[in-house]
Amino acid sequence: MDFFDRFAVPHPSFAIYASMAAIGLTIIAVIAGLTYFKKWGYLWREWLTTVDHKRIGIMYLLSALLMLFRGGVDAIMMRAQLAVPDNTLLDAQHYNEIFTTHGIVMILFMAMPFIMFFMNFVVPLQIGARDVAFPRLNALSFWLFFMGAMLFNISFVVGGSPDAGWTSYFPLAGTEFSASVGNNYYMIAIQIAGIGTLMTGINFITTILKMRAPGMTLMKMPMFTWSALIANVIIVFAFPVLAVLLAMGTLDRQFGTNFFAMDNGGMDMLWANIFWVWGHPEVYILILPAFGIYSEVISTFARRNLYGYTSMVGSMVIISLLSFLVWAHHFFTMGQGAFTNSIFSITTMAIAVPTGVKIFNWLLTLRKGKIVFTTPMLYSMLFIPLFTLGGVTGVMLAMSAADYQYHNTMFLVAHFHNVIIPGVVYAMLAGLHYYWPKMFGFMLNERIGKWTAWLLSIGFVLAFMPMYISGLDGQARRMYTYSESAGFGPMNMVSFVGAAIMAIGFVLIVYNIYYSTRYESRDISNDPWDARTLEWATHTPVPEYNFAILPDVRTNEAYWDAKKNGHVLFKGEFEKIHMPNNSGIPFIMSCIFFVWGFSFIFSLWIPVILTTIGIFACMALRSFEQDHGRYISVKEIEETETNLRGA
Amino acid sequence: MHKKGTKWAIYSVIFTIITVLTGCEPLLVLDPKGPQAARQASDILLSIGIMSVIVIVVFALLVYMLVKYRASKQRADYEPPHIEGNLWVEVIMVGIPVLIVAFLSYVSVQSNYIVEATPKGYEDKEPLVVYASSSNWKWHFSYPEEGIETVNYLYIPTDRALEFKLYSYGPITSFWIPQLGGQKYAMADMVTTLHLAADVPGEFMGRNANFSGKGFAENTFNVTAMSQEEFDDWVKEVKETAKPITEKKFEDLLEPGHLGQQTYTGTHLDFSPPPTGHNHTEESSETHEKESHTDSHAGHESMNH
Amino acid sequence: MKIDNSLPLEYSTEENSLKILGFWIFLGAEIMLFATLFATYFTLENRTGSGPTGAEIFQITPVLFETILLLTSSFTVGLGIHAMRIGKQKAMISFFSITLLLGLAFLGVEIFEFVTYVHEGAGIQTSAFTSALLTTLGTHGAHVTLGFFWGLFIILQIKKRGLTPQTTNKAFIFSLYWHFLDVVWIFIFSFIYLKGMM
Repeated sequence: MDFFDRFAVPHPSFAIYASMAAIGLTIIAVIAGLTYFKKWGYLWREWLTTVDHKRIGIMYLLSALLMLFRGGVDAIMMRAQLAVPDNTLLDAQHYNEIFTTHGIVMILFMAMPFIMFFMNFVVPLQIGARDVAFPRLNALSFWLFFMGAMLFNISFVVGGSPDAGWTSYFPLAGTEFSASVGNNYYMIAIQIAGIGTLMTGINFITTILKMRAPGMTLMKMPMFTWSALIANVIIVFAFPVLAVLLAMGTLDRQFGTNFFAMDNGGMDMLWANIFWVWGHPEVYILILPAFGIYSEVISTFARRNLYGYTSMVGSMVIISLLSFLVWAHHFFTMGQGAFTNSIFSITTMAIAVPTGVKIFNWLLTLRKGKIVFTTPMLYSMLFIPLFTLGGVTGVMLAMSAADYQYHNTMFLVAHFHNVIIPGVVYAMLAGLHYYWPKMFGFMLNERIGKWTAWLLSIGFVLAFMPMYISGLDGQARRMYTYSESAGFGPMNMVSFVGAAIMAIGFVLIVYNIYYSTRYESRDISNDPWDARTLEWATHTPVPEYNFAILPDVRTNEAYWDAKKNGHVLFKGEFEKIHMPNNSGIPFIMSCIFFVWGFSFIFSLWIPVILTTIGIFACMALRSFEQDHGRYISVKEIEETETNLRGA
Repeated sequence: MHKKGTKWAIYSVIFTIITVLTGCEPLLVLDPKGPQAARQASDILLSIGIMSVIVIVVFALLVYMLVKYRASKQRADYEPPHIEGNLWVEVIMVGIPVLIVAFLSYVSVQSNYIVEATPKGYEDKEPLVVYASSSNWKWHFSYPEEGIETVNYLYIPTDRALEFKLYSYGPITSFWIPQLGGQKYAMADMVTTLHLAADVPGEFMGRNANFSGKGFAENTFNVTAMSQEEFDDWVKEVKETAKPITEKKFEDLLEPGHLGQQTYTGTHLDFSPPPTGHNHTEESSETHEKESHTDSHAGHESMNH
Repeated sequence: MKIDNSLPLEYSTEENSLKILGFWIFLGAEIMLFATLFATYFTLENRTGSGPTGAEIFQITPVLFETILLLTSSFTVGLGIHAMRIGKQKAMISFFSITLLLGLAFLGVEIFEFVTYVHEGAGIQTSAFTSALLTTLGTHGAHVTLGFFWGLFIILQIKKRGLTPQTTNKAFIFSLYWHFLDVVWIFIFSFIYLKGMM
């Protein structure tokens, strides 16, 4: 019995038992459904073993949407707990776990896969490639991310969730103050997902550098591809830092080392520093591709080329460099002195300049345009004002002396939600509406889409603007409750109402998907938005090989060039196309990683050793395997092309 | 639709700013009672002012573009032109933000040195040194010169600089009295210094602002500022009435949990000294080390008296 | 599969050149990984708590042995690649085998070194300094161990399949990895051992 005690949740509540039951029932339902409809083979052949970047992208999308709701439920519970003073809906421990998982889930398991979805689905199409450089590695990246996310998510029903904040500062996150396995979950689950992300970074840099269509020089790449390239460069430089940090955290927690310990020379400040050396570039990994999406959407619906292409690229490069030079602004109050704070204060404010350049370029893209208000454009036009608010409060926070007053308060919480939600989430939703027809061959309903955008924005303003005020009134972040005399009640109530409106907005997205799947017309062209880049030049749905003939590119808006100037994109005859074979190894290896991670979290060393051997066996198997892919014959291509053209 | 939306967005911003500036009760941070907090509040208001201008410019440009160039206002056959960047436009786009950032940087650097030093106008008097240490989830305040120690409440004289030496017996915490000035971390392996002062007598809210586990929300303390005479009377009274703090007693106090307000004579600095890590505040690092030595001597002396 | 004969075999297909570029990027990530470890080490170098300092436990003899073994192995792997380029499969396999044996000897000395540290009361749990030291050295050692098995598999594949665009590509990438480990060791030697002994 002792053995099983460790898997129990330390402080169970009705909500947790209910979730356990719900998870159990869902799993049973999924298994039963797959068996009843005889879909196991389909699932294995078409999805679990796929190496097709488009399908992997769609799996990232599904995971991201799933995690959006997990993180969203956490959020609404937090706002509900704080809506009135001295609330007892949640106790302190439960609240601590919820804000911790909310942060991690939203950043690492929602926003990251959403970005990965766009990079996977869009980048190869935009550069006129047939797949990514390493398709099988790409599948492994996805499955590692997925298993990391799943591992993290079982924490709240098996053994307990992490409870030291998403930043997991030591010594609070050490065993002395957080004895449960929750923080082991943090270290291991993020580690597994992080390895996947790092491999994605390597994969996409190689893809973008080496696999562009003929004629597409770097400065003729579409803006989203540029943003993806830069984001992936940041990934490659930032994620190893995270890997080492998490490994040291694991060693401290499970092997008694003293990196961040309170005695024996350990240094709690080291965690904070290394965490933010990764953590700050991480937010730019999220925001840069989002900027890329806005660039595509705004120029498409302003019916104009993007203004200031070169300065757009330049500003992203500068942002990526500066992102590694600002980490200490996350703890101006650590006592490093006026000089150090001044340096980091200036570098931080400097980021406002290239970001401002981007905002003005988008505004000037609208000039002399012919603006069409579609849902993606609506999101982009709501993004500009709301993100500007978040950006200027960022400059305020960068003033380090004043930051002594903002730090650790709701003002900060308001700021980063104000950049992440309009900045990243709106871009994701704009992109979702924008690329949906390319993925599935029908549009999402525009009317519901616009309603959603407005509801989210109204909810957003109501939920987060009051936080600026309550922050200046002295409400610290991460408090599970406050007394009535503190006077934070009304502002938090408004926040709760805003959060509820946002929740309705997010549910509407799901409804929109359902509604559009049932009722929207399947009769759409390859290019329903009258767009400008290569991904719209191929068929809908996109054939496995993306382009029957690799496009020939002249400008950074290749497809627009073809439509308006009569440039011929596809020259020459069909040739047989080399494609990679599907493989089960990435999925199986990631499943072994899951068991490895789970055993590691609970210090079950025998399964850890066995699964470690299993992981290396998979790698050895891959090394010895001779798989040279397969060819799609000219005849097959001709058939597919005729079918798609006819459709 | 877009027009309505932008208008609405502008209203919400104006509403927010008005609430911040004229709300029924002044917000703590913008209602300073000491020189450091006053400097920070003026920085905050200055930056809100400058930033509002930027926000208004961006909003106005956006509204202008959206109104003027939407498709429904244009001829059906209008073809938007192809326009590359323009050097002069981009110079302005970079130049103006650079000027704004340079100005704010100048203010920011100046403020950094101000909040990291003895408050202006208080240099003539010897500052009151208080060792503020946190444990789960309490604050211990040691007055080495006076030879007394309190838990979860702080009495301070007005019109005299205060020098807080911060450290922690557990997770990283952050010592914050919003109306006197911004916060600073208290950590296990380094003593940090926070310079504050109170201009007027009064009761202020103080708390740990950095998440430190289960009892974090209630990790607060009360601050009472009073004249130097009243403060001296209080010290005298404590020395006459309170029990001495012992090592055993202090270890009991460190146990995780919440305690009410408590008062002792003597300080824990002798048997449980603060960490020896360096304080990197460059202008005071040397003097600080000297001070901390003399401080503990002072502690001994006043105890012996 | 298109094979471009004007290039060395390991670069000859498009897939091969993708893999080499990808691996260079991976090495970029590895540099960041070791840079983080070094940064941690330098931060914690003097935080020895109640444990020994570097000067007290570092010994020049095993370290010199390790350095010579690893530097020589880097040289032999280079010779192996040279032999591969001129198509001498047997010579290449011999040089690769010598490389791996040297790697193994390096690991042997390193294990001896670790055992000595633990006996001298400098285990991974002793102080922040020993934690950082042994984690940094251990990470490098783990890389060498992984490299040993990787190299072994490549030798087996070349024996079975000869010098093909695939096998030469793997061997070339392996050599990049092995040289990289050597470079990391030079940093460890200079900035951990020599600096620590002074």
